[in-house]
Amino acid sequence: MALSNIFETPTPGFNFDNTARNAALEGLFNGGNTPKAMKTGTTIAGVVFKDGVVLGADTRATSGEVVADKMCAKIHYISPNIYCCGAGTAADTEKTTDLLSSNLAIYSLNSGRNPRVVMAVNILQDMLYRYHGQIGANLILGGVDCTGNHLYTVGPYGSVNKVPYLSMGSGDLAALGILEDGFKPDLELEPAKELVRAAIKAGIMNDLGSGNNIDICVITKQRVDYIRPYQESQYKDNRKIKYKYRPGMTPFLTEKVVPLKLEVVQESVQKMETA
Amino acid sequence: MKLRLFKQERCCPRMGPGCLSAGLPVVCLFVVMCQTTIMAVEYDGGVVIGADSRTTTGAYIANRVTDKLTRIHNKIYCCRSGSAADTQAIAEIVAYQLGFHSIELDEPPLVETAANLFRASCYRYREELTAGILVAGWDKRKGGQVYSVPIGGMLVRQPVSVGGSGSTYIYGFMDANYKPGMNKEQCMELTAAALSLAMERDGSSGGVVRLASISEEGVERRVILGNQLPKFSTH
Repeated sequence: MALSNIFETPTPGFNFDNTARNAALEGLFNGGNTPKAMKTGTTIAGVVFKDGVVLGADTRATSGEVVADKMCAKIHYISPNIYCCGAGTAADTEKTTDLLSSNLAIYSLNSGRNPRVVMAVNILQDMLYRYHGQIGANLILGGVDCTGNHLYTVGPYGSVNKVPYLSMGSGDLAALGILEDGFKPDLELEPAKELVRAAIKAGIMNDLGSGNNIDICVITKQRVDYIRPYQESQYKDNRKIKYKYRPGMTPFLTEKVVPLKLEVVQESVQKMETA
Repeated sequence: MKLRLFKQERCCPRMGPGCLSAGLPVVCLFVVMCQTTIMAVEYDGGVVIGADSRTTTGAYIANRVTDKLTRIHNKIYCCRSGSAADTQAIAEIVAYQLGFHSIELDEPPLVETAANLFRASCYRYREELTAGILVAGWDKRKGGQVYSVPIGGMLVRQPVSVGGSGSTYIYGFMDANYKPGMNKEQCMELTAAALSLAMERDGSSGGVVRLASISEEGVERRVILGNQLPKFSTH
C-alpha cells in the first residue's frame, strides 16, 4: 500500500460541494453573465506508431470570443515517458495533469520504477469520476513503458477508451477525418508526425476555437522530442512599433515623500549550524 | 469526445428534465454513453456473451471499437450498457471486491457472488448511476449462468438476456429463436445474428460484434467485423 498510496484516500461517494458554490456565485451577478472559464477550444490528436506515440496540439486558448493565449502549451508533462494533451477548461486540464504528474513522481521515488501509462489513466479516471463531470478535462494520454506504446483518452466523467489513434477538442471532427483516412498500424516516425501535423492543421483551418501554431511531441523508448512549435502559423502578425518604454520617460508633476515609521519590536539571532 | 457547455432548455440525457429545477447550474454536458446492444446466453457447460462496439457522446461516436465485455474475474465477465464512466467505475470496484473475496476464500468466486456485488452497488446508488449490466460466467457449482442487473438495481437470473438501447428490437427474435438445450456454436450464431439485427435498426449500436464464450476450459474471444456480419436485408 505504501507504494501506491500517494495522498490520503478521499472520502468515498460523490462530492458536490462546488455545485452549491457555483450556483451561489451565479446569483451574485444578478442574472448577468458570469465570467466565462477560459476554455482551450482545441484540436489535439495522438497516434501510436511503430516505435512509440506521437501527440499533437494547436496553441490557441480562447476566453469567449477573444484569443487569450496564442502560444498556449497544451501538451503537458506527466512523467519522463508519459505526456498528456488536454482539451476543455484550461485550468482544469492544467491542474489535473500537474496533480497527476506529482503523484506519479512520488510513486516513482517510492518504488524505484518508471510509471506505466495505465497507472496514469487509472488515477485520472478515479479522480474525474469522483468529481462527477464537474472537472471539465478531456485528456489524451500517450506514453511508452515496459509493456509497450499506449494511447488512452479520459473523458470528464471518467470514461476511458484505449485506441490506436484519436483526436479531441472542438476541432476533433476535422482532425479525425484526416486520421481515419491516413492511419495505418505500425507507421514509421516521419509519416506519423506528418499525419498528426495534417490532422491538427485540419482542425486549425476548420475550427474557430483552434489556431496558431502546432506543437508535436514524439515519445519513444529512447527519448522524448517535444517540438514546440513544430509548425508556425503563416498568419503571424508583425508588431508595428516597439512597446517597451525607457525608464524615466514618464514625466512626473509633483513628488511627495512620506517616510514610514518602523520600530524594531523583537530581534533574535539564530546561529546556523555550518559544521 | 466533445465537451459542450451551453445553457439550454431541453433536458440532457444524463440528468433528465429534472435538472432545471434541481437548482444545479444550468449546463448540459453530453455524457459518454454506451447505449449499446448486449446479450448473454447460457448453454450446458458455459455461457456466450456478445456486444456491439459503439460509444457515443450525443450524436458523435467517441469510440467505434469499444470493448464492452469486461473481465471481472477469470471466468466471470460483464456486459456494460448505459453511462460509460459509471459502468467502468462499477466494474472496477466489483472486480476488486471479487478478487479480494476470492483470495480470502482461496477458491474461484461464484457468478452469483459477482452478480450480487453489482446489484449492491447499482441499487445503493440507483439515483446517481445509469448502468445496465449483464453478468455472465462459469463456476463449478452451477455451471454457466447469466444474471441481469438492469437500471435500478434489480437482480434476476435468466437463461438468455439482452440489454441496452438496441435490445428492444430483438426481443421478438430472441423469443422466437432461443431454445433451451442449444450448444455453444448455436449460441454464438444466435448472439451474432441478434446483435446484427439490433445494430441494423438501432442508431446507438454499431461497429463490430464482440463475442466471448466462457466455460470450464476458459474464455474464448471472437470479433466479427462489419463486413462479415450475417446479412438480413429486407430489400
